[in-house]
Amino acid sequence: MSLLMELRGITKSFPGVLANDHIDLILNEREILAILGENGAGKTTLMNILYGLYSPDAGEIFIRGSKVNIHNPRDAIRLGIGMVHQHFMLVPVFTVTENVMLGVESTNGAGILDRKSVSKQIADISGRFGLKVEPDSMVEDLSVGVQQRVEIIKVLYREADILIFDEPTAVLTPQEAEEFFKVVHSLVDQGKSVIFITHKLKEVLEIADRITVFRNGKVVGTTTPAESTEASLASMMVGREVILTVDKKPSSPGDVVLDVADLHVMDDRHLEAVKGVNFQVRAGEILGIAGVQGNGQKELVEAMTGLRSCTVGKVTLLGKDISRASPRTIRETGSAHVPEDRRCDGLVLPFPIKDNLVLNTYYEPPFSRGFNLNGDEIIKTAEQRVKEFDIRTPSVFLPASTLSGGNQQKVIVAREFSRPIKLLIASQPTRGLDVGSIEYIHGQIVKKRDEGCAVLLVSPELDEIISLSDRIAVMFGGKILDITPAKEATKEGLGLLMAGIRSNVQTETA
Amino acid sequence: MSQAVSMNSNAQGGSRRRFTVGIFLLAEAAALLLLLIGTGGMVSTFVLASKRAGVDIAAPDLVIPTWASILAVAIFVGLAGVWQLIKGFKRYTNAVLITMISLGILLFLIWAARDNSLNLTGMLVSSVISATPIALAALSGIYSERSGVVNIGIEGMILLGAFLSVVVASVTHSLIIGFLTGILAGMLLGALHAVLSIRYRINQIISGTGIIILALGITNYFYRAFLNPNPALNNSGPILASLPIPLLWRIPVIGPILFNQSPVIYIMFLLILFTHFFYNYSKWGLRIRAVGENPKAADTLGINVFRLRYISVLISGGIAGFAGAYMSIGQIGFFQESMSAGKGFLGLAAMIFGNWNPGGAFLGSLIFGFFDSWQNKLSILQVGIPSEFLAMAPYIATMVVLAGFVGRSRMPAADGTPYKKGEA
Amino acid sequence: MSKISAKPTQTNPQEVQGHSFWQRLFVRKGVSEGVLLPILAVFTALVIGAFIIAFSDLETLAAWGNFFNNPLMALGTTFVTIWDAYTAMFIGAFGDPGEIFRQLGIWIKTGESKQLLAAIRPVSESLMLSVPYILAGLGVAVGFQCNLFNIGAEGQLYIGGLATAFVGYAVHGLPWYIHAPLAILAGAVAAGIWGFIPGILKARFGAHEVINTIMMNYIAYRLMDYLLNGPMKSGGTPATPQVLPTAILATIFPSPVRIHWGFFIALGMAVVVYWLLWKTPFGMELRMVGTNAKAARYAGIPVQKTMVLALIISAILCGLAGSIHLLGVDHRMMTSFSPGYGFDAIALALLGNSHPLGVVLSSLLFAFLRGGASRMQVVAGTPVEIIRIIQGMVIVFVAAPEIIRGLYHLRSSRREKKSAAPSASKS
Repeated sequence: MSLLMELRGITKSFPGVLANDHIDLILNEREILAILGENGAGKTTLMNILYGLYSPDAGEIFIRGSKVNIHNPRDAIRLGIGMVHQHFMLVPVFTVTENVMLGVESTNGAGILDRKSVSKQIADISGRFGLKVEPDSMVEDLSVGVQQRVEIIKVLYREADILIFDEPTAVLTPQEAEEFFKVVHSLVDQGKSVIFITHKLKEVLEIADRITVFRNGKVVGTTTPAESTEASLASMMVGREVILTVDKKPSSPGDVVLDVADLHVMDDRHLEAVKGVNFQVRAGEILGIAGVQGNGQKELVEAMTGLRSCTVGKVTLLGKDISRASPRTIRETGSAHVPEDRRCDGLVLPFPIKDNLVLNTYYEPPFSRGFNLNGDEIIKTAEQRVKEFDIRTPSVFLPASTLSGGNQQKVIVAREFSRPIKLLIASQPTRGLDVGSIEYIHGQIVKKRDEGCAVLLVSPELDEIISLSDRIAVMFGGKILDITPAKEATKEGLGLLMAGIRSNVQTETA
Repeated sequence: MSQAVSMNSNAQGGSRRRFTVGIFLLAEAAALLLLLIGTGGMVSTFVLASKRAGVDIAAPDLVIPTWASILAVAIFVGLAGVWQLIKGFKRYTNAVLITMISLGILLFLIWAARDNSLNLTGMLVSSVISATPIALAALSGIYSERSGVVNIGIEGMILLGAFLSVVVASVTHSLIIGFLTGILAGMLLGALHAVLSIRYRINQIISGTGIIILALGITNYFYRAFLNPNPALNNSGPILASLPIPLLWRIPVIGPILFNQSPVIYIMFLLILFTHFFYNYSKWGLRIRAVGENPKAADTLGINVFRLRYISVLISGGIAGFAGAYMSIGQIGFFQESMSAGKGFLGLAAMIFGNWNPGGAFLGSLIFGFFDSWQNKLSILQVGIPSEFLAMAPYIATMVVLAGFVGRSRMPAADGTPYKKGEA
Repeated sequence: MSKISAKPTQTNPQEVQGHSFWQRLFVRKGVSEGVLLPILAVFTALVIGAFIIAFSDLETLAAWGNFFNNPLMALGTTFVTIWDAYTAMFIGAFGDPGEIFRQLGIWIKTGESKQLLAAIRPVSESLMLSVPYILAGLGVAVGFQCNLFNIGAEGQLYIGGLATAFVGYAVHGLPWYIHAPLAILAGAVAAGIWGFIPGILKARFGAHEVINTIMMNYIAYRLMDYLLNGPMKSGGTPATPQVLPTAILATIFPSPVRIHWGFFIALGMAVVVYWLLWKTPFGMELRMVGTNAKAARYAGIPVQKTMVLALIISAILCGLAGSIHLLGVDHRMMTSFSPGYGFDAIALALLGNSHPLGVVLSSLLFAFLRGGASRMQVVAGTPVEIIRIIQGMVIVFVAAPEIIRGLYHLRSSRREKKSAAPSASKS
């Protein structure tokens, strides 16, 4: 394999953070290079530099031996570099064809867009690499898996030789991920070179030719799948021994706390997102709902927390019907919610930390009496909670935006856990967090379970579900396909269910 | 600019809306039935003939039995209401709604003309004339907002365009130079708005409001400082004459409305067609739309988001300035304080009504123009409703439109959000 | 619990723990900005205003036309024009300091007060003008705190005034301690309705309140045209009858000093607004909805209800501006009632960073500017609209602080500044 691209000494810093610290990297022709690292380790920054979205403070880039300067995406595209971002860069109201040709539009003589010839070329690429799409469909109507194909076609349309994928399997089922890997192999077979960024250890071992590990902005080492195991890679990523499973004792479930019966919920586009779901959660157990994002989990959780009304069905909490209740009433009945988007939904970032710590209890005594808000009480409680949950901040008066992701999540946890709660609904509680914070949050969840709380865990991270849950439900297409005890569940079996393929196992009537 | 904050999916839920629209139609029918009172035996005459450029364009008078027609249409609307409540028109709800409302307005005219005659052609002609500044303002809004920049300051750009065009035209005795000045004036304020919104990324509504206040201040100040003492500076001479299109202008009814108007109105029609074509079929139109919907995506494809936004806002300002010039030197020949009179805002409402498309925006402008002009005609008829209330019609109509009553609109996704490079 | 985290915590070492209001005011935005920015913004605007005044004066222009022959004349005329204008403004705003002291001396010696009153009249006029500014500014500020742009202040002002005038002249036989409050209450209710309509349209249908409040303005003007030329007309001009003496807010000093007790009502309302926003749970909800409506929903706050209430409160305050100004000064409603208090209020709220204290200070500033501007127009011939130009510039400078910072080479605050009015992006 000959050397295709080399990065030497790339350094990039942002205010307060050294994102890339003298990075050296090599990519060979027709190879699949995996860049592994935690969130915040600097992988995406480096790729953005390669694609011309950022310019490095220092360092050089060589392609096929000659030095190149990449000042903007146009330069990168010209050099044959193409990037498929983690969050898709598509215009929802445009068709596939329009999205693909944006920026390199073909026009006929009169300056009118030539959609037809582009559609033909798309069909061509589609056939060559196994990426089935309908050129005239609107992107917003497409599923996530198909949207990703559009992104790949975009890159191939511009004749890229080096393809960079940023967390490509984050939104795919295990089966779709397999499809994706097939496409990657096809790309390499036809002469392309692939870099893909991930934090998923299993994938890396499965598909990469070489693995470069990042930590805290530096390259920690380069290895191959033959020479590594999940555990060795994990330690390289984190710098210490990592315990990959959560230590927990078996659960002893008590009474039913949450009862969901034949729930139907509509989404924002007035289509049914939840199509008749039944399950129960008991005190002292964790029910994990697995499934790829977009199968109705968001709407399900919103229905259970009062943020969305259900059209049909009943949700009962501790015997009380909360199907049409307001979020406040549900909370007061004893439910707590850790939302999936902590920055937008769980916190008011410009507000001081102290206010965020009482965000949903400020109107009750002792924080308020009638029309009076008791500022001193809030400050006192805030300082107490900061100590108890080890939230790193010099002052509770600072806005919550000054906290790191892990500490922000701790604020939400501190807030929700400081009340006597009977039901905890956690949506993607460890999204975007470093390993240390993940360990902490997982520990807190298990602790609550042991205290007798019922826990509903919704997460697309299968590993998290498997390690935490006592029972696992799989959601697909708005329905719960199966609920099995965690001990009996296998990753393959769950993967099939997540793709909608029912197994022969009888559905457990919860 | 309709920002839906309500996340409650029932707010515009299917069945609820069906119910509201149905009740509305029934209420309209009931209101129309009220008009029957005292109209027995009367006829309403719609004069369709018109006199333009000294030539009589004959057309038969439309004589309508008042009582019968009101009853017929009222029943029709009522039936539509019942159908809507029971089954609902689903995809055609909007079209039906607009039709029924139009019929209602028509009926109101019939009632107003009871035992009397109303020059309908004349009314439509003046509707188009009134609609023109609004349509131009709407186009101005479209150019800016399609690229993702909210432009509330159109009102101010119109004012400055109106003012400077008068002064320059008065001095140079050339209307053409006056119009060009108006366009430049609008672009000047557009540049200010662009710099504030794009470079300094300030809240675009504040920027727009600041521009309106500045424009109001500057025009009124210099009006009093220079124009009052020197009336010669405020007299741009004869306004643009109507330009009849040969042959076509003699067509009864349609001729005077569409083919015998000021050149500015023809320009407006051409601009509408051009804008539609531009955004849907041209390379730059596609790119600008992308910038307005997902600037980050456009950026990663090498498109210069900032440059396209600057250009769009400048064009927006230019069109607004042109509208102002039309209102001053094109229509009356002098400048008055605060003469823009809310046309900028009506234009924005028309833009929303038209779902950010030029064709729909024109339709909206026409409706507002109609309401604007009916105040004159109807007060002549002594309708019995104080003219001030009639004058409220365009504003109430705007609010109804904005309430999404006439269907949900889809604004460019990135509209109003300043773009920051390098944001993850 | 493991405490290792891969990402360094990003906290700003500059931040200080402070409990007091003043510390927080400075810390939150940095001393270089909290107070300095508005001052510089106004100063810069005044300087630019000076240039406009100079170069719209025909004499000055003529002198500059002759610059190469007589440069000193040009500069001199410019200076004189600006000096005349701004001193006229100063005297119009504050009165002649020398005269005031003299009259003060005379009054102490002889008890003769008439001349003294005349001397302090300018100051009192300015203070009197500040009353509608404070109230309307508070109204707009409350809206801003909830991320709502209430451009309808002007219309709400008129509606409040109309209702108050009606109760003031139409209701007879009530003692003053019932009549006046009743009239004010009527104004508040009427204005509240005017704010309720755009509020409910925004909350339920997502219709943007900017256009709707502007439309309500125009509807209000038409309504006022109708009423003042029709049912409410009295005398030859479009104006209501005078309100009864029992509804009038008394002046504090004898004529010709016009400052009235409404001034203290306005200040009182500033305190009430402060208490409402920062010392009540509702205020916290309002500010939360204004900052992040989605998180507010997640926290269980009834977002729609809060928005509607916020607009109603905002409208009531603006309506009060009309009511109290009417009861205290004009005593009747007429078409020329407001020279644009409602629009000025927008600039005020921005300059004051939507905080009651800032609004009061800005209102005083604007009131003095306006008081001075009338005299400037009479004495120096400068049209009063210069005020609006200055306001527009102030808005621009306050909203885009980088301009001022760049102009004066100020050290920029390291922290993300919470802007005066919230962002236009989806909340």
